[in-house]
Amino acid sequence: MGYSFPEEVLEHVLSFIDSDSDRNSVSLVCKSWHDIERWCRRRLFVGNCYAVSPAIAIRRFPELRSVSLKGKPHFADFNLVPHEWGGYAYPWIAAFAKAYPWLEELRLKRMVVSDEALELIAKKFKNFRVLVMYSCEGFSTDGLATIAANCRNLKELDLSESEVDDVSGNWLSQFPDSYTSLESLNITSLSSEIRFSALERLVGRCPNLKTLKLSHSVPLDLLPNLLQKAPQLVELGSGLHTKEVHPDLYSKLAGAFSGCKGLKRLCGLQDVVPSYLPTLYPICVGLTSLNLSDAPIQCPELIKLVSQCQNLQRLWVLDYIEDTGLNALAESCKDLRELRVFPSDPFGQEPNVSLTEQGLVSVSAGCPKLHSVLYFCRRMSNVALSTIARNRPNLTHFRLCIIERFRPDYITLEPLDVGFGAIVEHCKDLKRLSLSGLLTDRVFEYIGSHGKKLEMLSLAFAGDSDLGLHHVLSGCKSLRKLEIRDCPFGDKALLANAAKLETMRSLWMSACQVSYRACKLLGQKMPRLNVEVIAEQGHPDSSPDEYPVEKLYIYRTVSGPRSDMPSFVWTMDKNSALSSS
Amino acid sequence: MSKQLEHDYIGLSEVSSMESSEKLTTDSEGSNGLNLKATELRLGLPGSESPERIDSVGGLDKNGYPLGVLKNLVSGAKRGFSDAIDGGSGKWVFSGSGGSETDLAKGGGLFSPRGGNGGGKHLGGSESNNQHSSLGTPVKNDVVPQSPKPMHEKKPQISAPAAKAQVVGWPPIRSFRKNSMASNLPKNDEDAEGKLGSGCLYVKVSMDGAPYLRKVDLKLYSTYVELSSALEKMFSCFTIGQCGSNGVPIRDGLSESRLMDLLHGSEYVLTYEDKDGDWMLVGDVPWEMFTDSCKRMRIMKSSEAIGLAPRAMEKCKSRN
Repeated sequence: MGYSFPEEVLEHVLSFIDSDSDRNSVSLVCKSWHDIERWCRRRLFVGNCYAVSPAIAIRRFPELRSVSLKGKPHFADFNLVPHEWGGYAYPWIAAFAKAYPWLEELRLKRMVVSDEALELIAKKFKNFRVLVMYSCEGFSTDGLATIAANCRNLKELDLSESEVDDVSGNWLSQFPDSYTSLESLNITSLSSEIRFSALERLVGRCPNLKTLKLSHSVPLDLLPNLLQKAPQLVELGSGLHTKEVHPDLYSKLAGAFSGCKGLKRLCGLQDVVPSYLPTLYPICVGLTSLNLSDAPIQCPELIKLVSQCQNLQRLWVLDYIEDTGLNALAESCKDLRELRVFPSDPFGQEPNVSLTEQGLVSVSAGCPKLHSVLYFCRRMSNVALSTIARNRPNLTHFRLCIIERFRPDYITLEPLDVGFGAIVEHCKDLKRLSLSGLLTDRVFEYIGSHGKKLEMLSLAFAGDSDLGLHHVLSGCKSLRKLEIRDCPFGDKALLANAAKLETMRSLWMSACQVSYRACKLLGQKMPRLNVEVIAEQGHPDSSPDEYPVEKLYIYRTVSGPRSDMPSFVWTMDKNSALSSS
Repeated sequence: MSKQLEHDYIGLSEVSSMESSEKLTTDSEGSNGLNLKATELRLGLPGSESPERIDSVGGLDKNGYPLGVLKNLVSGAKRGFSDAIDGGSGKWVFSGSGGSETDLAKGGGLFSPRGGNGGGKHLGGSESNNQHSSLGTPVKNDVVPQSPKPMHEKKPQISAPAAKAQVVGWPPIRSFRKNSMASNLPKNDEDAEGKLGSGCLYVKVSMDGAPYLRKVDLKLYSTYVELSSALEKMFSCFTIGQCGSNGVPIRDGLSESRLMDLLHGSEYVLTYEDKDGDWMLVGDVPWEMFTDSCKRMRIMKSSEAIGLAPRAMEKCKSRN
């Protein structure tokens, strides 16, 4: 071809391409496509905020409107990552404040966000619309007040699972009376009392409010008023607690729920009094998502509720649902796509409910669209896992947590290798897998040979030797995130597969057997990896080199060692000497 | 010492055959073949159930682990591995690892527990890690015992005093979920209201001079004694300084008792911030009242704590 494609045409075509991986492919075609693409990319996803520096991101993509950033490794959710490890949002926001005055959306996950950062957002981005802080920390309600007072066009404010320093509930009143653009509000993690009158007024004047997820401190008698002001709600999260069972309140609530004809997603229901559950029955048939994982509802009421939700696609529930409830689910909810069953008493020594592997087997048999499972239980068998695998080859996410560690197949007392092997063998599109129970290296052999689409793997208390890790690293072609705790994996497999680590986003290993020496070697030989050693018990130089490191976090990066490490984290660098900031 | 609570697992890594040449390599420890040293296994505590160890209750190896369990482990592991040897591919080839191939061919792979090239169970060399005399949950190695035993009905994770002593981060549930669930356990209606907004049970604990803070779940403890001993374990590494005279981090009982002295003595006091924002000494109020109102804790130098209460020292010593 002797002529080139007009830029404007290409830009127009590209405007229809949203997927990051497609855009990345486009940018590799040739230099001019690379250039055109980078100027018209509007959304950026950075899966590890230390993989690239703000400056590099800004240099490549000068016209972003929406950025997503992730900070701490996933195991931070379980207190395995020391508190001050890092993941600070401020440097990014400060850089964006200069480069993207028209930035509209920020989505942060597992990051530390200070009030100063929130203030920057509030004051520097004139058209700011969406702020999502999922599982973040470091800010207070003062920061929220600044956002409320300044972001005139804010559509979405989502604080799910974030730790907020609750100074006062008055921040909500900072939304000016002229502010009407709220579409989505999630403040479930706030515990202090908010001004209910302010909330009511806010809800009343925002006609596009679709999502309202409140903290459990909102009392039940407020709810009917809120629902009447927002009958257009699509998603509601609220506690349903009340000090007394009141017939008037009951009928008010029932009427309010029936008025919400478009309600599709429901969550919360903390402290619900069972006798109030029937107020929900009229809306059950419209529900596609139901999150009862905070609700202390017992099996009989759960069955009544769930059996009416014939269009349910997603259910998160406590193990109070028991096997009988799951059987009912399998019969009633044929459109179910995602199931999560959480333990009501995870630290109890004895099972407190009658929930076993059978419940999951039933759902796998009865729900043909089920593709995502997270299941906590106390026993499992290879035959059950194989049955689940054969029933549901369309599984893409399978996370099983057998609560007691090292539990074998309860029928044969064998390890669960064969069962999980069946899962990876039959579920050819499996992207995410978490293992538990008694497992030998054999399960990793299966995973390595069959798990070709596996992107994220979580291991704990599993395996026998380095061979296990080697199988995974050498076999799982699509692996992006690997997180391991308390497994007997050491230097050999890691060093032998060092190159693999550059093809992954990150590797976490804690309480394993990787020696300090191996870490230094890896850091020395692989300049495009940050090999971070976390040593809370003191400088790793104070122990012999062959001692295992406590925690190890390895991730690929184009920005070199980070400069904001706390005193107990060291990056192994080219000189194989320690560099700590 | 405290960190060992989290590390109770059995490491059965085979490393002996693998010295030679991968792309990157380190020296391997214990390359001299059969490394079946009792000292190099981390095992469950005495008291963890295991059928074959009935007659070896008294026998302990030098690290204090029952020898019988050790034996059982090895033989049990061997049965588990034989499947891998027979069923799986016998070779595990590292790039450029000519040496290992011969080893592999000989022994059927890494898993020959008693093969010529040895490779008994050998941990990555760190002997000082084996100090698991803490209250950690004992590890049960249930690997393929010969016949089904009823042991699985029992709950082996109970160890003596702290029945609730747990592995950090296991089972893997988010702490916010733990907190909200704990306050939402079904109760009678009368009790239910009392639990409204009962607040977090995970509280942050900071210590003056320590580089970072920790979080503890108050629900795990039922007395001040349990709480303070857990805190001692968590923070002992900071108070002692990192190393002993030989440059090795101290992880033995000495550091704990020294911290205990510190806490009971005059150097540090344990304080907490209550719902009203006031800083109080831990131990003054009944335990339930404490857990209901405690928002965070701080181990502070007693020189700073003078303002808290006139009888701070006595309060400290008579805590619990």
